[in-house]
Amino acid sequence: MSTRLSTGGRLIDRTAPQGFTFNGRPMRGYKGDTLAAALLANDQMLMGRSFKYHRPRGVVASGVEEPNALMNLGTGARLEPNQRATTTELFDGLIAASQNHWPSLDFDIGFLNNHAARLLPAGFYYKTFIHPRAFWKHVFEPIIRQSAGLGKAPTELDADRYEQAYAFCDVLVAGGGIAGLNAALSAATAGQRVILMEQSAHWGGRAPVDGATVQGQAAESWIAATLATLAAMPNVTLRLRTTVAGVYDHGYVLADERIADHTPGDGRPRQRLWRLRCGQIIAATGAIERPLAFAGNDIPGVMLASAVRDYVVNWAVSPGDRTVVVTNNDDAYLTAIALKEAGLEVPAILDARATATGDLPSRARAMGIRVETGKAIAKVKGGKRVTGVSVCVQAGEGAVLHDIACDAVAMSGGWSPVVHLYSHCGGKVVWNDALAAFVPDTARPPINHDGRPMVVCVGAAAGHFAADAVSPGGGVGTDGAISRDANPAQAIQPVWVMPQGAGIKLRSKMWLDYQNDVKVSDVQLAAREGYESVEHTKRYTTLGMATDQGKLSNINGLAVLAAALDVTIPQVGTTTFRPPYTPVTLGALAGEARGEIFQPLRRTPMHEIHEKAGAYFEPVGLWRRPYCFAQQGESHADAVAREVNNTRQAVGLLDASTLGKIVVKGPDAGRFLDMLYTGVMSTLPVGKCRYGLMCNEQGFLSDDGVVARLSEDTWLCHTTSGGADRIHGWMEDWLQCEWWDWQVYTANLTEQYAQIAVVGPNARKLLQDLGGMDVSREALPFMGWAEGSLAGFPVRVYRISFSGELSYEIAVPASHGAAFWAACVTAGKPYGAMPYGTEALHVMRAEKGFIMIGDETDGTVIPQDLGLGWAISKKKADYLGKRGQERTYLANPDRWTLVGFETLDGSVIPDGAYVITDGTNANGQRNTQGRVTSTYHSPTLNRGIAMGLLLHGTKRLGEVVQFNTVSGGTVSAKVVDPVFVDKDGVKQNV
Amino acid sequence: MKRYSAFAIAREAIGNHLGWQKAWASPAPKAAYDVIIVGAGGHGLATAYYLGKNHGITNVAILEKGWLGGGNTGRNTTIIRSNYLQDPSAAIYEKSRSLYETLSQDINYNVMFSPRGVMMLAQTHHEVRGYRRTAHANALQGVTTEFITPARVKELCPILNIDGPRYPVLGALWQARGGTGRHDAVAWGYARACSAMGMDIIQQCEVTGVRSEGGQVTGVETTKGAIACKKMGIVVAGHSGQVADMAGFRLPVEAVALQALVSEPIKPCMDVVVMANTVHGYMSQSDKGEMVIGGGTDGFNNYTQRGSFHHIEETLRALIETFPMLSRLKMLRQWGGIVDMTGDRSPIISKTPLGNCFINCGWGTGGFKAIPGSGWAMADLMARGEPGPLAEAFDLWRFKEGRFIDESVAAGVAH
Repeated sequence: MSTRLSTGGRLIDRTAPQGFTFNGRPMRGYKGDTLAAALLANDQMLMGRSFKYHRPRGVVASGVEEPNALMNLGTGARLEPNQRATTTELFDGLIAASQNHWPSLDFDIGFLNNHAARLLPAGFYYKTFIHPRAFWKHVFEPIIRQSAGLGKAPTELDADRYEQAYAFCDVLVAGGGIAGLNAALSAATAGQRVILMEQSAHWGGRAPVDGATVQGQAAESWIAATLATLAAMPNVTLRLRTTVAGVYDHGYVLADERIADHTPGDGRPRQRLWRLRCGQIIAATGAIERPLAFAGNDIPGVMLASAVRDYVVNWAVSPGDRTVVVTNNDDAYLTAIALKEAGLEVPAILDARATATGDLPSRARAMGIRVETGKAIAKVKGGKRVTGVSVCVQAGEGAVLHDIACDAVAMSGGWSPVVHLYSHCGGKVVWNDALAAFVPDTARPPINHDGRPMVVCVGAAAGHFAADAVSPGGGVGTDGAISRDANPAQAIQPVWVMPQGAGIKLRSKMWLDYQNDVKVSDVQLAAREGYESVEHTKRYTTLGMATDQGKLSNINGLAVLAAALDVTIPQVGTTTFRPPYTPVTLGALAGEARGEIFQPLRRTPMHEIHEKAGAYFEPVGLWRRPYCFAQQGESHADAVAREVNNTRQAVGLLDASTLGKIVVKGPDAGRFLDMLYTGVMSTLPVGKCRYGLMCNEQGFLSDDGVVARLSEDTWLCHTTSGGADRIHGWMEDWLQCEWWDWQVYTANLTEQYAQIAVVGPNARKLLQDLGGMDVSREALPFMGWAEGSLAGFPVRVYRISFSGELSYEIAVPASHGAAFWAACVTAGKPYGAMPYGTEALHVMRAEKGFIMIGDETDGTVIPQDLGLGWAISKKKADYLGKRGQERTYLANPDRWTLVGFETLDGSVIPDGAYVITDGTNANGQRNTQGRVTSTYHSPTLNRGIAMGLLLHGTKRLGEVVQFNTVSGGTVSAKVVDPVFVDKDGVKQNV
Repeated sequence: MKRYSAFAIAREAIGNHLGWQKAWASPAPKAAYDVIIVGAGGHGLATAYYLGKNHGITNVAILEKGWLGGGNTGRNTTIIRSNYLQDPSAAIYEKSRSLYETLSQDINYNVMFSPRGVMMLAQTHHEVRGYRRTAHANALQGVTTEFITPARVKELCPILNIDGPRYPVLGALWQARGGTGRHDAVAWGYARACSAMGMDIIQQCEVTGVRSEGGQVTGVETTKGAIACKKMGIVVAGHSGQVADMAGFRLPVEAVALQALVSEPIKPCMDVVVMANTVHGYMSQSDKGEMVIGGGTDGFNNYTQRGSFHHIEETLRALIETFPMLSRLKMLRQWGGIVDMTGDRSPIISKTPLGNCFINCGWGTGGFKAIPGSGWAMADLMARGEPGPLAEAFDLWRFKEGRFIDESVAAGVAH
């Protein structure tokens, strides 16, 4: 059984017991425990079920590579699935539950899959479930989905918040072990700005566990001294619990700091996402131990040797009373020694090598531990817990020599450097035979903007497992930063299958990817079936696709594949290392941008007044605009009708502040605008306004608006609300990339002005009551503008109309917007002034036959289609879109053109309906000859009106056409002129 | 080719699965073929398959620079739908979708087509009008879609927050027979079927030059030597420009990185595919349990198969806004693919300035769903030398004439 030792435990505080529950059972641990350590201390070796066969699984590792011990952590609004017990710090009140089983962890129906394992080899689902066709979606897939997946999906709104931070530095050191600390010290001593990040809650890495010495000191004291030095340096930032998750181009780094994962609900943000820009990245990310592939290597109690050592030394937890150590290298002997020193039994060390002559084997032998060389595990006995191992010779096929009773197995297949950060951005790895591992290829590093290596690996991450000493002052960017002292070691002997001649029966019980249940036999099957590329094997077998992303055993899988294909491991190569190094909480990636502020929210200066007036808002880009102002008991449709009628009959107020307002200024401004707009703007007199159209290079209409000439060299371009930023970017694109020698400046002043449209027959009276400037027809004619003051506010008044009514659009500095609106409301009371929203605006412009960008246009429409040929200059040599419009398909007389439609029964044509015509095309689709683009109920005419595009439209006035409905019916409508109200424009020009 | 079935698995299980054949052969290239397809992704393999199946042309080599299915076929978010607006798009995507319906049976390989339904959320009034238009168009195109209410959206996808503070859901365009498929399986299944017809799939064979004589293609140079052919099809997605350059013509195509990511696997919580275009995000849940999330494209061209990280952040913001339960899940893996974008965001299936050289490219961000239909139309074009009705509108010369098939119609935002 696993239990807490009575003494020891360098990371736990025995004076601070912590209560927690696992699957509802109360348990106790200590401050400093990981959840996995605490579970082991409570004799809870069984921690989860595997993905495919639902096999019982215990913890294998002690770090981020753990594939089995994944938990649902917390409840309700703090429920988080798939949390690794090995990296979860224990806290008082922690609630953990195991995953992927039903009805319980101990008894899981899904384990039936295990008994059918022979029928479920890698990729079985590609070969079956093909017939009958409907069964995949309705029978097989639901069963597979239910059986797959791991943790439960949260259902409640996340109770935590996340923040994001930016930082930059000369050197980022990832990993706070000996190599990382030393690299940070070197760089900092050289005066560089250094950030050092360590993923765990402790500095120092593995060295203290291994009892290493550094520069003649015990590791613990070297670490303490180095940390003290670093902490005192102003150019050094130290971060614990912070994982460097991804390296991107140009030294951009993503790191995730877990601030309050171990203190939930304490008011701090749960996590902080760092976006760093680094001159250089030092990856002191260490190495991860590999399992060995022997039969039954997934039975709970079989663990990595280093993990066993960690649990004993760090947390004073013994995974078992009798632990058999099985290895192909010297390092695992440290585990045997640690166990023995803790008073635990090590019945034998099975060393696959023919001899074991290094210092560590000698020490182990001297402690009385039996070392059996050339030996291997034929199979592990046990179900939910190891009960023993059968021993065989490594060179053979697995004939059992003898059995050893034990309750734990510590295995070591060697170490794999953590090269992820080196590889994220294109760094290559190279196979090192002596280490039996991929190490960074220093000849092919990821390259920074300056051509230097962007990432440099040091210490174990660079393959320096066993070097002599940390060189003082050395390190950064060189080969010198060394992880820790180590005993001269005898070389590792690669062992990819144990025993090497194991038959298919044994190979079908050797796990590679624990979580996804990928076995040696699966990889061999993939190779046999021609899935020879490592990417094919990965995808066919799911090797390395689990939540550990192959950290634990991808190399073993690659080696098995290489052997099956009879090629070398480097010929097989690796799969791509992708960010993040360990999974990052999505909430942290989203950061503070949630709810109301998930995108910037743009409010006009009058927003609060509208809210009080009961506005129903609609999003327009990032803006919120009042859609309508419904009064007590009114539906939105009622409100819109009232607003239209009131504006047409009395006076309405529209908040037009969102309208784009871009100032274009300079000696070449007129020339520039003549290129930008289809019409001529350079000849516009100061004091006048002109309607303009903008097209993209292809000739399609992209925006429209009224341009006012403010002075000799200054124009103000109104754009659509949604188009302001895009058009400003468009202008700058041309000015910066194409016409960079033109003297033109642009400024987007959209937010600098509040703009109010005062619209309706009483508009002039309202303005006259405000007083301060002459707004008569003579002084301020239609399509003119004037500066002055109204009610004491500095204003610029434009005589433009988007409704067909007498209309003034009045711009005031944004800071005066609310007050000026209030003044208009007050002054308008005697004249029946009411605010109106965007929908009334839309209805009125449709009644008047004005086009709307986004309704009449969709990126495929040219001004000529919309009868706007009058706004295109025939005299100009060029404008943006002109050449596009000359192409055959755009100059074709058979294009659909703008007309109005009136249903015969007065109803409203459905949004988006098409005008159908006889027959079908070669693809069997019903032929069409037009479509509706805007369709409304007109309160003014009290009937449905619509605008749309129709083949030869303008020649077909009076004809009756058929629109389709989605249910297969039709609606008859007469083709009419698109101007439904005040065709002669007498109302606006008064 | 031994047929796959439950029975076959049981039979092989007795022999511990030691008796399975290779899914596809790996021959050395012959000196000449009737047809060479450059690119063994989904589209290239499907083209070869339908050349054999529909036109009896089997003396075909499919050349692949890397490993088959290793480009965008193996990097996408596996969405299959055909609710497009423009007639030519709807025709080819619906053809494709309908081929997916029976693809597993056709090629005896389970591609896991799962018509679980695709919904495209409408979160502004403008979007509502846009999707209503698409619904009307689809009704005339023979594509079954409907515009559904927010309540129905919630019923189909309970984890969706329809009352978000910024962009409440106003409805959705729903295609019940859209869904997902297993992307790798599509490539592998077609490869196996092509190999069974006697076609040669040659991996690790990069085309380095195109040979021609008198304006007609005569063969290619490759890293495995020169290979002659009577006809050639270029089906290489993100690298189309480079191969076209070897063939002596230019393409109106840009290459940009498109990103995607998956979460850690969780138990089933979402049975449909959801696309939220206003906030820019889309998501489905794989059979393995991962939430599969599509991101955006970079604003600049590159070939790195990595993208700018801020797109991932933007996508996740949007999706957490739409699916608050995502907040406590974790990103397991992110990656990028190089997509070939045309000016009108529609593909090119066309003859080229070089005789008997054909091209199929420009699928941009939406190629996976089109694989069977694209292969069908391309095979038809290559076999007959002239485009059929499915391919006709997608010719290369439309850019010269301004005859675009623009699907990005919901781009404008009203006053």
